Amino acid sequence: MSNRISIMVVSGSIERLQMAAMVASVGAVSGNEVTVFLSMNALPAFKKGASGAAPAEGVVGKLLSEKKAPPFKQLFEQAVELGDARIHPCSMAMDILGYAQDDIEAYLAEPMGLTKFLDDAAAGQAWSF
Amino acid sequence: MSKRRTIDARGSFCPGPLMELIAGMKMAEVGEEIEILSTDKGSASEIPEWIHKVKHEHVGTEEKDGVWHVLVKKTH
Repeated sequence: MSNRISIMVVSGSIERLQMAAMVASVGAVSGNEVTVFLSMNALPAFKKGASGAAPAEGVVGKLLSEKKAPPFKQLFEQAVELGDARIHPCSMAMDILGYAQDDIEAYLAEPMGLTKFLDDAAAGQAWSF
Repeated sequence: MSKRRTIDARGSFCPGPLMELIAGMKMAEVGEEIEILSTDKGSASEIPEWIHKVKHEHVGTEEKDGVWHVLVKKTH
């Protein structure tokens, strides 16, 4: 049975990006239809070629980069490749940052607006990070 | 005798071993057994949960010297 999981990510901290990536990837490979909406400070991490380093909020965030935790960008990409996930940049954040589709990672889908995200989210679980 | 492949995910943290298993499952044939090695205790319980959820067969799990061996059979 397929369920819908909607994930809004607005933080640029490593802890929140990592947790969002974990929910997206595990959700997507477990038979769920996953939509990720990247806005605010979360989007710059997905600029093409961005390292995937992100500031830590606390002790676990610092440890994530020292230990062999799978990088959040790799998990998001696996959510798309191995599961049924679509990752959309927020159309407003794209405009604010002056990004075009070619500026962001190739596994990201087209920009999405809030109306569509909220409509999708109404049909299932919604998470925010 | 059915084929078996081993995926070595020792040293990786959750959900790394699960994602490596799933990538391996995509390439495996139905009926094939896959053994995943993990030093992450959380993954040792998380992986059987996933196997059950997506209806593959959890053949067994054992721990040897701090390494968890989870054996799964691809059923579909």
